[in-house]
Amino acid sequence: MTDLTAQQDVQAGDEVGSTIESAPQAVMSWQETVAAYDPVLGLEVHVELGTATKMFCGCPTAFGAEPNSQVCPVCLGLPGSLPVVNEIGVESAIRIGLALNCTIAPWCRFARKNYFYPDMPKNFQTSQYDEPIAFDGWLDVDLDDGTVYRVLIERAHMEEDTGKSLHVGGATGRIHGAEFSLVDYNRAGIPLIEIVTKPMTGAGERAPEIARAYVTAVRDLLRALGVSDVKMEQGSLRCDANVSLRQRTKKPEAQADVAFGTRTETKNVNSLRSVERAVRYEMTRHAAILAAGGSILQETRHWHEDTGVTTSGREKSDAEDYRYFPEPDLVPIAPTVQLVERLRTTLPEPPAARRRRLQATWGFSDLEMRDVLNAGAVELIEATVAAGGTPAGARKWWSGEIARRANVEGRELADMGVTPLDVAGLDGLVQEGRLNDSMARQVLDGVLAGEGDPRAVADARGLALVSDDGALAAAVDLVLAANPQLVDKIRAGKVQAAGALIGQVMKAMTGQADAAKVRALILDRVAQ
Amino acid sequence: MTHDLTRWSAARLADALGRREISAVEVTQAHLDRTAAVDGAVHSYLHVDTRGALEQAKAVDDARTSGAELHVMAGVPVAVKDVVATQGLPTTCGSRILAGWVPPYDATLVSKLRAAGMPILGKTNMDEFAMGSSTEHSAFGPSRNPWDLDRIPGGSGGGSSSVLASFQAPLAVGTDTGGSIRQPAAVTGTVGTKPTYGGVSRYGLVALASSLDQAGPCGRTVLDTAMLHAVIGGYDPRDSTSIHAPVPAVVRAAQSADVTGLRVGVVRQLTGEGYQPGVQARFDEAVALLVDAGAEVVEVDCPNFAYALAAYYLILPSEASSNLARFDAMRYGLRVLPEGIDDPSAEQVMAATREAGFGAEVKRRIILGTYALSSGYYDAYYGQAQKVRRLIADDFTRAFEAADVLVSPTAPTTAFRIGEKLDDPMAMYLNDVATIPANLAGIPGMSLPSGLADEDGLPTGFQILAPATHDDRLYAVGSALERQLVSRWGGRLLERIPELVPAGGSDDQHAGATMGMAR
Repeated sequence: MTDLTAQQDVQAGDEVGSTIESAPQAVMSWQETVAAYDPVLGLEVHVELGTATKMFCGCPTAFGAEPNSQVCPVCLGLPGSLPVVNEIGVESAIRIGLALNCTIAPWCRFARKNYFYPDMPKNFQTSQYDEPIAFDGWLDVDLDDGTVYRVLIERAHMEEDTGKSLHVGGATGRIHGAEFSLVDYNRAGIPLIEIVTKPMTGAGERAPEIARAYVTAVRDLLRALGVSDVKMEQGSLRCDANVSLRQRTKKPEAQADVAFGTRTETKNVNSLRSVERAVRYEMTRHAAILAAGGSILQETRHWHEDTGVTTSGREKSDAEDYRYFPEPDLVPIAPTVQLVERLRTTLPEPPAARRRRLQATWGFSDLEMRDVLNAGAVELIEATVAAGGTPAGARKWWSGEIARRANVEGRELADMGVTPLDVAGLDGLVQEGRLNDSMARQVLDGVLAGEGDPRAVADARGLALVSDDGALAAAVDLVLAANPQLVDKIRAGKVQAAGALIGQVMKAMTGQADAAKVRALILDRVAQ
Repeated sequence: MTHDLTRWSAARLADALGRREISAVEVTQAHLDRTAAVDGAVHSYLHVDTRGALEQAKAVDDARTSGAELHVMAGVPVAVKDVVATQGLPTTCGSRILAGWVPPYDATLVSKLRAAGMPILGKTNMDEFAMGSSTEHSAFGPSRNPWDLDRIPGGSGGGSSSVLASFQAPLAVGTDTGGSIRQPAAVTGTVGTKPTYGGVSRYGLVALASSLDQAGPCGRTVLDTAMLHAVIGGYDPRDSTSIHAPVPAVVRAAQSADVTGLRVGVVRQLTGEGYQPGVQARFDEAVALLVDAGAEVVEVDCPNFAYALAAYYLILPSEASSNLARFDAMRYGLRVLPEGIDDPSAEQVMAATREAGFGAEVKRRIILGTYALSSGYYDAYYGQAQKVRRLIADDFTRAFEAADVLVSPTAPTTAFRIGEKLDDPMAMYLNDVATIPANLAGIPGMSLPSGLADEDGLPTGFQILAPATHDDRLYAVGSALERQLVSRWGGRLLERIPELVPAGGSDDQHAGATMGMAR
C-alpha cells in the first residue's frame, strides 16, 4: 500500500528531469527562518469524490479492488470511446463550491490537459482550465489559540484521476532504478475536485499551523458534505503545498509590497501532520538557500514522512505546456439557478456554527472543546454519543487515550481500529461500575488487538471490578493487620498515609477493585 | 433486371428478402464472391469477415423462417469503414500503429447494424486515421477507383466508395470530418451523406477531430442511403454531443422527392474558378434539372468560406494531436523498442513506436496541431480558427434565410491519378474546399452523382447542404435530382462503369478494367 501511495503523483518528466539528492539539504533554524523571512503559502487539495461510479463512465470506484478490474473502454481510453459526465460528480462539485462560499459558474467547460504518461490512458487528463465550476470563495479556519484565519479560495474544479503506477525493483520504489512498472487503471477516471487557495500571506511563523488547520477544515467540511471518505492515507484526500519565502520587512505594513519569492510544490503529503511538517521543512530549506545567496529552483518536491525531508521531483516551470483546449467530446456544463439553489439547501450546518452548538449540547469548556478539535474528534464524539456514550466519556477517550496512541503511531484517529460504538461500549462499562480506568485501558488494548467488542474483551480477559464486598473487606482487614504503624498514623490525622494501604489492597486484589471504594473502606475500618 | 444480386439496390434487396424471394445467405455470399473476384484489383477492404457475415446472414434467415418480426433491412449486407470499432473484428484505421488491434466493444452504430440484422461484410480501407483525400495515406496501400484503377477513389473513405462502385457491397458506412464521405462518393459516382453533427453517434468512431467527425451512410442510390441513415442515426446516451431527437424522416423524404417551391441556393464561393470545366458543366445542368422539377434557384454569398480551409487545418490538427496521443504502445497496438538503447524508458518506447507506427501525413498533422495549441500560439491559431468557424456558421445561417438548401459541386475535380498529389499536401487539401464548411458548421451534406465530365469521362459530384437537423431535405432534393438524371441518362450512372476483370494475378488487369469507357 505505501509503495503505491508513494508514487501517486509522479508525473511526466519525472524520469528525465529529476536528480536524486544524495545528501540532505541544509536547513536554517526555525527561529532564524521566521525572523528573516515571510512565507507565502498556496495549498492545492485534491479530493476523490465518493460517487458510486467514475467521472466519465459507469465503472465502480471502490478502493482496493483487484488491479484493472474496474475498467471499461472509456476509462481505459480505448480508441473510439467517449466520456459522459457523471451528474452526481457535478452536483458534488457545486455543493463543495457553495460550502467554500464560491461563485458557481453559470456556464463552464471541461478542458484537455495534454501530456504523456503511462498511467494516463488517453495521454490527456480531462480537467477544467480557465472555466472552473466554482471560484472566488473563502473558508474560515480555527487555529489552536481560538483565533480565526480566513483562507481565500481561488477555485474548485472538476477533473479525473489518473491510474496508478507501481515501479517494481530498485531500492526506492520510485521509477529510478526500477526494473519494470505496472499500471493499475482502477483509479483512472475517478472524479476529483481540486481546491486551490489564493496565495496565503500574513501567516508568518504560524504558516505550518495554518496549513494544517486549513486542510483539517477542508477535510471536515468535505466529510460533513458527505462527498468523500477523505482518507489521506488512501489518497482520497491529497494535498500539494506551495511554499515561497520573501524577505521580512522592518515595518509589517510594508510586507505586502514585497514581491513573492520562487515557490516549490511539495507533493506526497499524506497526513495532516505531514502538511504542517512539510511546510515547516520547506520554509527552513528555502531560508538556508536564500541566506547563502542562492536561488530557489521552481520544482516539484516529494515529502518523505519517515525522514521528514523533501527531495527534488521534477523541475517545473510556468513554461510547461499542457496545450489546454476545450474538451470537444463533452458539452458545456450550465447549472441552472434552480439547481444551484436546490443544492444550497442540502448543505450541512457550517462547521463553526456546528461546533458552537455541539459544545453547548455536550457541556464542554472552551479548553475541552479545543482539545477535541485539535484531536479531530468532533465527528467521532458525536457518533459515540449517538451510540449511547456519555459526552464526557467520549471526550475522555477520543481526545485522551486514543488520541495519544494515534499520535504515537502517526495515524488518524478514525483509522485506529476502534469505532464510536466500541468507545460507547467502553464508556458504558465504566459508567456501570464494571471497569476502572486502568481496566478500561486494557479493554481498549484488546479491542485494538481485534479481540472483539469491549464487553467481549472484558469477559474474555476476566476484567471486572470485584463487587464481592466480603472479599474486599477481608483483603482490607489483612492489610490493616499487617501495617499497625500506618493505621496509627491515619488515626493521628495523617490521612494521606492511606495511599500506601490502598496500593497494597489493590495489589492483593490484582487491580480488580475500585480504588475509591477501597479508600472508603480503609478509612471506615480505621475510624472504628 | 439482372439476376446478379450484387447489382441490386439495397431497397430492392430489402424488399425481396422481406418477401422471402431471396435469402440473406444468398445475398451475402454473392457479395463475398464478388469481393473474391475483384478486390485484388480494387483493394476496398482491409479485412473481410466471411464467416461472421455468413453467420449473421444465417441468423437472419433462421429468424425469418421462425416467423420473427425483422427490421426492414434485415439481411442486407453492409461494409464498415475501418475507423469504426467492431467487436471481434480488426480495427486499424489504416494505420500500422493499430495493426492487429481487435476492439473489445462495438461502436453504437455497429450495434445498430447488428440489431437490424445487417451482416457486416468487412472493414473498408481509408487514409490513415482518416487524414487524406485519396486513400494513398493508408498504411496498407491505396484503394483504386473502379472507374479507372489508376485513379484514386477519394478519401479518406475510398474503401467505402469503391466497395459500392465495384458492387462488393450494396451499402457502406463512412465517416466525414472534412468531406471523407462526400468527396469519395463524388469521384466514384456513388451517394454519401454526412448527417448533422450529432445525428449519428460517434461512440466507437476512432476520433480524428472530435468536433468535426461524423459517421454517415453511403449507397448507390439516394433511397438506399436514406435507409441506412435511418438504421445508424439517432440519440445515443454514450455520446454527449449526440442530438436528443428522433432521426429526421429521411426515407420518407427520399421517397417523396418533392421539391416544389423549394428554394435552392447556389453558393457563389463554391463554383466557377478552380472547378474543372466538366464538373462545373454537370453542376449547372443539375441545377437546371432541379428547376424543371419545381425548385426555385437563388444565388447566395458565403464570404467567410474563403477562410474555411485555413481554419479547418488548424482545428483538425489541434484536436487530432490530442486524440492520437493515446497511441503510445502502453496498452494496445504496435510496440516498437528503440534501437541502441538497452533499458529504454516508457517515453523512449512511446517515441519509437509513434515514429515507426504513424505515417508521414499523420505526423505532419500531429506536429501542426501540437504547435497550434502551444502556449503563446493558442490565441493566434486555435482561438482565431474558432472565431472563423463561428463566422462560417453565421454565413450559413444567413444563406439559409434565403434558401432551403444550398448546392455546389462536391469536389473541384474528378478523380485524380494515384501519386499525382501525394507530394503536394496543399493540392490534396484543396480537394475538400467545398465540403469542409459543412463540417465546421455541423450541418448535413450529401453528394450524389451528376454525370461524367466531358474531358475525362469520370464521375462528377453534386453537393446538397441543409440546415442542422434538416437532413431530410438532402434526401428530398437528392431524390428529385436523381430521378431527373436517371431519366435523362436512361439508367443509372453506375451501369456505365467498365466491368472489372476478375483478379487473377494478370499484369494487365488495369488495362482491361479501364478499357472502352466513353461518355
